[in-house]
Amino acid sequence: MTDQTIIAGNPVATKPAVAKRPRRDVFSKHRLSFLTWLYLYASLFIVAAIVLLPLLTTAIGGFKTLGDLRVNPFGLPGEWIWSNYLDILVSARYWQMLGNSMIIACLTVVLTLAVAAMAAFTFAHVKFFGSGFLLNYFLIGLMFPVATAILPLFIRIRDLGLLDTYWGVVLPQVAFGLGMSIMLFRKFFQNVPHELFDAAQVDGCGYIGYFWHITLPLSRPILATVGIVAFVNSWNNYIMPLILLNTDSKYPWPLGIMVYQGEFSTDWQLVLAFITLTILPTIIVFFAAQKHIVAGLTAGAVKG
Amino acid sequence: MTQTMTAARAPGHSGRRRNNGTLPVLVLFLPPALLIFTLFVILPMGEAAWYSLYDWSGYGLPEKFIGLKNFEVLFRNGAFHQALINNGLIMVVSIVIQIPLALWLATMVSHRIPGAVSFRLIFFMPYVLADVAAGLIWRFVYDGDYGLFAAIASFFNVASPYVLADKNLAIYAVLGVIVWKYFGFHMMLFIAGLQSIDKSYYEAAEMDGATRWQRFRNITLPLLAPTIRLSVFFSVIGSLQLFDMIMPLTGGGPSNSTQTMVTFLYSYGITRMKVGFGSAIGVVLFVICITLAFGYKRIFMRND
Repeated sequence: MTDQTIIAGNPVATKPAVAKRPRRDVFSKHRLSFLTWLYLYASLFIVAAIVLLPLLTTAIGGFKTLGDLRVNPFGLPGEWIWSNYLDILVSARYWQMLGNSMIIACLTVVLTLAVAAMAAFTFAHVKFFGSGFLLNYFLIGLMFPVATAILPLFIRIRDLGLLDTYWGVVLPQVAFGLGMSIMLFRKFFQNVPHELFDAAQVDGCGYIGYFWHITLPLSRPILATVGIVAFVNSWNNYIMPLILLNTDSKYPWPLGIMVYQGEFSTDWQLVLAFITLTILPTIIVFFAAQKHIVAGLTAGAVKG
Repeated sequence: MTQTMTAARAPGHSGRRRNNGTLPVLVLFLPPALLIFTLFVILPMGEAAWYSLYDWSGYGLPEKFIGLKNFEVLFRNGAFHQALINNGLIMVVSIVIQIPLALWLATMVSHRIPGAVSFRLIFFMPYVLADVAAGLIWRFVYDGDYGLFAAIASFFNVASPYVLADKNLAIYAVLGVIVWKYFGFHMMLFIAGLQSIDKSYYEAAEMDGATRWQRFRNITLPLLAPTIRLSVFFSVIGSLQLFDMIMPLTGGGPSNSTQTMVTFLYSYGITRMKVGFGSAIGVVLFVICITLAFGYKRIFMRND
């Protein structure tokens, strides 16, 4: 793992190969003085502790009894109560809500990729009257939060008969992610060398063939980026399922965790175990694919 | 839809070179995105403006036209004033505390020091977690009976504070969680920005004997200005949307002291199914978002 890993996947973060070389020279030339070194690491460790402490107490707290938690929230449990975790892991509700989250997130990703890539392709390659206007139309979506239109959205979903269904959550999620997705796709598609298109056209390949046979295979990095953004947003989404779903058995985990907390509000040890188990998938995936996730989540921002 | 059709025909007149196959690609590729986006983003926004003029429970058709009464009631509502103040406070804290903190950490972890990558990942981790999970974790931390604050208080032998139940303190507790969760995101933006600064500036400055602070003040800060402006932009827009995190922490209480505009919309518009009133809140939120977003871009980001 080099310093560069984090930003490497990010197309916008300025040619790593070029930035890398001079940088090493500058910083290896003069060694940091001991005081600087101390200041640097002391600060970093303090901030890291503030970040990690709540997470670690949550995870460890899940192993305690309530009494133990009360007198000793920081330390290791006096007695490791594995059943807090095991009971949740064998319960149907835990797997059901993760399953719901997974279904909703996957549907959102697939639909976002398909719809946004097609639209962005026309904006990037097809010249037509009103294309600038239409692009701006989509970009309005970046400007305001879902909450502004949430009540009419609820009524629309209800009138379409999609209330309390997965699609009722998926479609608005896709719609609100379109602005960003189209913007990211369009920028990437525009950078595909133009000669490819001319060559394809000479060979009798139309726009649709070009999109399918040339653009998409070349676009794996951006498909991954947009997919990750859509997935994370959907996985963590709370307000839309809160308003558009009303059966416990369809709740994704952010809603499920709130219901659970409501039921066991004073049994903190159970709530903590539950929180730990629900964020565990996120943390595992984050460390497994950190390069892509950091690049994905900052991509829209760095583009600006 | 008619837009697309007329749009599709136009290139026949103007575009000489690339007009073959334009129509099919436009007819196939644009409508899905347009349909989803219009149906679930633009129309609900327009409907919010329409419903906001009615007293309506969401059943049947909105018939009881009351003009601007909803807005009048809204602007006289004390809890809404508090929500506006809180949103402003969140913005100020994001800009005055969070961004400098993120910048400071970014300059430290962009040194080539051992462990820099791990620190970056740790600092970024809270951003990946769902707001709901972060809120619940901190609800435990702040808990006066079981949490870390209780432990700290008992260590110093003082009465344990019930931070989230205190209407003077609760909002500061919420602000703390916001900084904890989001500084890592801004730090990543700054790291990307720092990497794009040409290292030869620093070499030249060092040869001229510039101190560390002078280098930061005269090289880093000006060259990072576009990133900082972008970061502020995200803070401003993000602070207006805050909802998920407040719900598990305080739900807007105690006595409305931690309401934001969106939690206010939720508790006064959605849970009471006052579609008209809720839509009016949405409209106000929309106007504020658009004004701030466009105003900010016009004034500060004109050249970026």
